[in-house]
Amino acid sequence: MTLALSFHRGLANARSFFCILYLLYFLNPSSASAQSPTTYAVTHAKIFTLAGAPIEDGTLVIRDGKIAAVGASVEVPAGAQAIDAKGLQVYPGLFDPITQMGLREIGAVSATVDSSETGGYNPDVVAATAVSPSSEHIPVTRAAGITEVLAVPASGGLDFSGPAGVIGGQASAIHLSGWTIDEMLLKKSAAMALNWPVIETQTFDFTTFSRKEKPYTEAKQEYDKQVNEITDWVERARHYAQAMEKGSSAKYNRDLKLEALAPVIRGELPLLVFADRSREIRNAVDFCDKQNLKMILAGGAEAYKAKDLLRSKDISVILRPMLMLPLDEDDPYDRLLTQPAELAAAGVKFAFASFDNSFARRLGQNAANAVAYGLPHEEALKAVTLYPAQIFGLANQIGTLEQGKLANIIVTNGDPLELTTDVKYLFIKGQLTSLDNRHLRLYEKYAKRPKAQ
Amino acid sequence: MKNAATIGRIAMCAAAVLLLVAPRNPAAGNPPEAPAVILIQNATILTVSHGAIEHGSILIKDGKIAEVGQSIKAPKDAQVIDAAGQFVMPGIIDCHSHIAAESINEGSVSVSSMVNMAEILNPDDIDIYRDLAGGVTSANILHGSANAIGGQTLVIKLRWGQPAAKLPFEGALPGIKFALGENPKRSNFSVPGQPKRYPATRMGVEETIRGAFSEARDYKKSWDNYNKRAATGEKNLIPPRRDLRLEPLVEVLEGKRYVHSHCYREDEILMLLRVAKEFGFKVRTFQHVLEGYKVADELAAAGAGASTFSDWWAYKVEAYDAIPYNAALMTRRGVVVSINSDDAEEATHLNQEAAKSMKYGGLSHDEALKLVTLNPAMQLGIDKRAGTIDVGKDADLVIYNHDPLSAYAVVQKTLIDGRVYFDRQRDIAERAEREKEKKALLDKQKKAAEKKPEEKKPEEKKPEQKPKPPSDAAGRTFGPAASLLFLSGGAL
Repeated sequence: MTLALSFHRGLANARSFFCILYLLYFLNPSSASAQSPTTYAVTHAKIFTLAGAPIEDGTLVIRDGKIAAVGASVEVPAGAQAIDAKGLQVYPGLFDPITQMGLREIGAVSATVDSSETGGYNPDVVAATAVSPSSEHIPVTRAAGITEVLAVPASGGLDFSGPAGVIGGQASAIHLSGWTIDEMLLKKSAAMALNWPVIETQTFDFTTFSRKEKPYTEAKQEYDKQVNEITDWVERARHYAQAMEKGSSAKYNRDLKLEALAPVIRGELPLLVFADRSREIRNAVDFCDKQNLKMILAGGAEAYKAKDLLRSKDISVILRPMLMLPLDEDDPYDRLLTQPAELAAAGVKFAFASFDNSFARRLGQNAANAVAYGLPHEEALKAVTLYPAQIFGLANQIGTLEQGKLANIIVTNGDPLELTTDVKYLFIKGQLTSLDNRHLRLYEKYAKRPKAQ
Repeated sequence: MKNAATIGRIAMCAAAVLLLVAPRNPAAGNPPEAPAVILIQNATILTVSHGAIEHGSILIKDGKIAEVGQSIKAPKDAQVIDAAGQFVMPGIIDCHSHIAAESINEGSVSVSSMVNMAEILNPDDIDIYRDLAGGVTSANILHGSANAIGGQTLVIKLRWGQPAAKLPFEGALPGIKFALGENPKRSNFSVPGQPKRYPATRMGVEETIRGAFSEARDYKKSWDNYNKRAATGEKNLIPPRRDLRLEPLVEVLEGKRYVHSHCYREDEILMLLRVAKEFGFKVRTFQHVLEGYKVADELAAAGAGASTFSDWWAYKVEAYDAIPYNAALMTRRGVVVSINSDDAEEATHLNQEAAKSMKYGGLSHDEALKLVTLNPAMQLGIDKRAGTIDVGKDADLVIYNHDPLSAYAVVQKTLIDGRVYFDRQRDIAERAEREKEKKALLDKQKKAAEKKPEEKKPEEKKPEQKPKPPSDAAGRTFGPAASLLFLSGGAL
């Protein structure tokens, strides 16, 4: 390439770059604070606050990013941009508490995947560091009424990032809008991901495409070894935390991994423990109990088998999508679908999650399916809004429509869990946020294609 | 992936100590009896062909729909199913399935047209029952997508409890799987020790297909020539040597076998249409066809069907322009579109997947229903017998407790040929007994192990296991999320 040509291209690129910036400025009102109004009033709506009975003909006022007022007889403040929501419904935005949002764009393309660090123990890595604010998944997910998610390292999903290690790193709670990660952050460190070991007598080796078997005793030894390693990490972190508490006079070398684990030891940061079989769930609960660690169970395909234990230890569950088949061939065909109702009846708190990006928009479908199999509808709604907020200690900011909370709100034309419902307006941190996304743009572009000759 | 893989693995572990007490084939190992006459009454009947009938009835005689209407009197000998407040729709037809198969990919060669899914049907696959419980009555059992030209395929009915020989949909034309793009060119994985296989580009995929059809045409010519000479009474003729690889391709050229081609990108869709035109055959369906909306006019003009996913995207580059509006956009341009599963779990809620096309692109209720009933029936050439609720058609029906195009609908009964193959209440009623039976078996095994402490521990014993393809091992436990694993198996 000649120098001249390359210079020309540079100019062209710069031009298109500014073009895009210009467009984004208007497409993403959440960031155009200079021109966006700071006060909105959603009027004549049926408002599901999830903090009390629904309000039939209510008004919700948003000011400076927060809910300023909500009720049946609330005045529209002067200067507020009013949205007549007659016939529409208002809910808290949905919260998907396990995703790899921003950490993976295209599953099969490793260059676009930052979801799992290599090595077994990475407590110091933080999801927020690698969340790409430009990911196309963010607006697509937002259009489904999801206003915030947890990006969780080493939490599975659709990619080939390989074995995820044991301690995966810190999960970050993020708003699905913002120019930078700093603008998106809800809570940088919301949980520590831990993949609880599994006793595996059979594995599938994808490099050789063959099934490998090992005797139970050998598998058990490997399991015990891993549990011992976790114990060792926790105990070293406890000693480290003690040394930290003593202040500068204590002599110790700085260790970033142990330092990252210290909030877990102090009970400030919950362990998000991935386990599905009841044996592993029980072992993990027992471990966290003995070590005095705050545990949240993730996955929980067989949580129903440990429901009394989970309730007695006050452990909440982030349920794996029920849009998967039962674990065992002789399980009832609806085993996973009836579990949420069973857990709710037993008093176990749980939230639904997609455990993925591409399928994040099935969050509502997932919750509705649980209702079809016995879960009360209001519980299902809370399990995608309030409960995940409570589980991760964010309920003072989000989860219900109450005065003083962040205005993460959706306005819909119906039940937000139903397949055919549309989100009409969406607010994140009080900003009316665009519902435009890659899929809608492609739809509009190709709907206009002239008839082929 | 870790957790996906983990779950797959734990599922396999469990299988190792599994004492199977899965839902019985109804009537103690036998398929359900077929009463001569059944009357389903008081239901909202979604006929798909002529609108909805409130408080309607369907009379079934000898496995066929004998009458549909608002007031049908129950004949004396009829078994009556009262479906008050419930909805009946035609049985769901899944145009892309891999259930009931012992394996799905002969991936060693680029043209594997000699292998046939019909020869490896497994009637005991529990996924048949699970999909039946999701309202599926017929499925197109496809070979994987590891090859430009893959194996032969067939349509089955989900007659749980019947032997393999009774599964095929009688009279349905057989098919053959083609595959374009990343899977046949093996983009997303490599097996150590296995050399790189031709084709490795989309250019090579085209040439692989052209090369095979070029050979098939010559092969057909040699047989035509032989038959012509034999017909004139010529003696001492030596017939051409049979070629099992080319025979199915000749059937494609003669219109006796449908082509179902896996594809993603617009360019490869047009490529196959050009090749088909060159050799004078039809592409019956494009499968997945996630960029079909970009070339919908071309698909419609060629008379090719499109069988796609509801909302899958971004698991690989060729799925990055996938949009949930695909089904609606293609429908609006006159393409016959179906929504398929490619996955045993996804198949359990195809009614819900069809409903999404009302939200994304604004299809009507009837148009959405057609995506999983009449349209796949047309694509598979079985629409004279299935796909709508009309007199004379097979009594393949699903009864839901709500409008099936809702996330709140649950299948109550599934009928095939007028027999109740799935009944939710019966399934629930039998659970306690199955639990008891499982416990008895476990106790027996435990006792046996205690008696002979020298012998192997129970954990190391396991019932005979069929080697399952990885796609199965993952797909069956994970649904769409794990189906990425299909990438390597090459079904997705």
